[in-house]
Amino acid sequence: MSSDTTDIPADIDPANQPHHTTRGLRGFLDATELDTRLLGMVGALALIWVGFHLYGALVNGFGAFLTPRNLWNLSVQTSSIGIMACGMVLVIITRHIDLSVGSILGFCAISMGVIQVDVLPAWLGLGHPMIWVIAALCGIALGAVIGSFHGFLIAYGKIPAFIVTLGGLLVWRGAAFLVARGETISPVDSTFALLGGGPYGSIGATGSWIVGLIACAAIVGLLLWGRRQRRKFHFPLRPVWAEWFLGLLGCGLVIGAVLLVNAYPWPRGIVRRYAEAEGITVPDGGLFISHGFAIPVLILLAVAIAMTILMTMTRFGRYVYAIGGNPEAAELAGINSRLMTVKIFSIMGGLAGLSAVVASARLNSATNSLGTLDELYVIASAVIGGTSLAGGVGTIYGAILGALVMQSLQTGMVLIGFDAAIQQVVVGSVLVLAVFLDILYRGKSK
Amino acid sequence: MTDQTPLVEMKDICISFGGIHAVDHVSINLYPGEVVGLLGHNGAGKSTLIKILSGAYQMDSGEIRINGEKATIESPRDARRYNIETIYQTLALADNLDAAANLFLGRELTTPLGFVDDAQQEAETRKIMARLNPNFKKHKEPVSALSGGQRQSVAIARAVYFKARILIMDEPTAALGVHETQMVADLIQELKKQGLGIFLISHDTREMMDLCDRVSVMKNGKVVGTERVEDVTEDDILSMIILGKNPLREGAEEPA
Repeated sequence: MSSDTTDIPADIDPANQPHHTTRGLRGFLDATELDTRLLGMVGALALIWVGFHLYGALVNGFGAFLTPRNLWNLSVQTSSIGIMACGMVLVIITRHIDLSVGSILGFCAISMGVIQVDVLPAWLGLGHPMIWVIAALCGIALGAVIGSFHGFLIAYGKIPAFIVTLGGLLVWRGAAFLVARGETISPVDSTFALLGGGPYGSIGATGSWIVGLIACAAIVGLLLWGRRQRRKFHFPLRPVWAEWFLGLLGCGLVIGAVLLVNAYPWPRGIVRRYAEAEGITVPDGGLFISHGFAIPVLILLAVAIAMTILMTMTRFGRYVYAIGGNPEAAELAGINSRLMTVKIFSIMGGLAGLSAVVASARLNSATNSLGTLDELYVIASAVIGGTSLAGGVGTIYGAILGALVMQSLQTGMVLIGFDAAIQQVVVGSVLVLAVFLDILYRGKSK
Repeated sequence: MTDQTPLVEMKDICISFGGIHAVDHVSINLYPGEVVGLLGHNGAGKSTLIKILSGAYQMDSGEIRINGEKATIESPRDARRYNIETIYQTLALADNLDAAANLFLGRELTTPLGFVDDAQQEAETRKIMARLNPNFKKHKEPVSALSGGQRQSVAIARAVYFKARILIMDEPTAALGVHETQMVADLIQELKKQGLGIFLISHDTREMMDLCDRVSVMKNGKVVGTERVEDVTEDDILSMIILGKNPLREGAEEPA
């Protein structure tokens, strides 16, 4: 098939034509093919970060926001919402909504708590190395089954998603209470707890460099592969300087992140206990042990990469967008929209289950109220990240950036000492404002 | 032509929605290289009849034969298996996707790993669009950014690319300007030469007289009459549409 695509004379081959002709900022954006929307979100995020830092520095005398410690914590706090936001993007793109994710999270968390504390130790013995795996898989599977059930009611029962998941919101929260009669299950399995982050639940300096270098290699590899594909099919190429710029920017961000997480040391008390356990003598200046990337952050990254591949490179993802863009056209093109709906809600439920793993591991306990109001933050993240409630539009990276914006606002307000009431006012207002700005942007770009 | 096997035979087709007989014992056929026009008021049953053939609706009773063999069409997927392609009135394009994604929607080209091969799809789209509509340049933009004619050419490219043998066009020129209408008309002539059978639905009687070999007029779910265009005048057709009577068969001066 590819042989007949290489017979274009070199002088008229689009791959050899100038890619862009405009100059200035427009020309720069055309050449790099950077999404202006993405840049806007990154800009907003930078503004929030710098704003909180300066406010802290000027008013409280200490800028606590742009510190390795805070940013590391921010990354961990974003994980749970971010994981679910990846699924919510699919749900909203296909013009549905899922109000039940917070309750599914609570139900899965408490179920996993019972499984790993009451059920599995009786079978396998306390502290068995398989406990965390079985518990986590059960939680994810449980979430996926609940999600499929919701999807089935929506697709085949023709009940609006709003109603099914509103019912789910109440049902699963109540069920979470019933599972353990309202008790808090704590502590969870010690290996399981590592999935929530913390000093032991991080991969350390060396591990972080390895992850960082793999990421850099992937960025360079993708750029090279993209260029080769374009040449093969005679599509216009990006100018070489733009490729270099993208490569350096991407690798720079990755290396910056690695340096950041490695700059956050373990707390002194934990270092002392660790040193005692390992028989190391702590020098006078203290021992500097880096956190490195937290495991929940790596889970979020893995989910984001997998979901991005699913959405941009597979038929499944293509059909999700098609159903959102024009459900009738999708149906006429032979797409089984109903089955797709079941699958989409199943993915959403599975991700809520995974989120339950992260959230309960982080707290080292499972309570029936875990994840309360999460559905609103998840929906807000997806929407702030550019997912259109009218359907058909949305990206995974946008949703994660949206989750980061939401979490940054909350963390920032805590750091500068705003009370809970003001936090709610601000978060709510930002949601509305973000959607309004998005509508303005889309109106202009049409 | 009558000794040939019809490409499509729809016999005694009935479908009703909530007690209303949208299509009531309709029989119609189509030969290779022929354009058959379906005319009638809104709600006469043209689109419904055609949606049965394209698999969007399931008939209550009747029989469809493709190339003389009984065919079972229960979904758009089934219809595609019989090489029936439909260009819908509403165009049936996903506005948020680009031309290539729409052209291959439901039949994506994939890489050996099973991923959608976007580059290959775009290359194929560029090739076929260069043939159908050389002015088409917006390959990277969602089809919502295209003009009516460009959108129509995407829909037609889909039918041509997948080598349709039976083409259904529901108001293909309703949203188009003069120049674009001419483009579609030329394309119909070309497809006809290649031996495709085409069902054409339109309100524009004059256009139908130009493009079709035969016209069938429907009213209230029934076929009023099917005539070769050279045997009738535009007035005959209009009176069939409005009065629901065939002047050639029943006499134009029937007492009221």
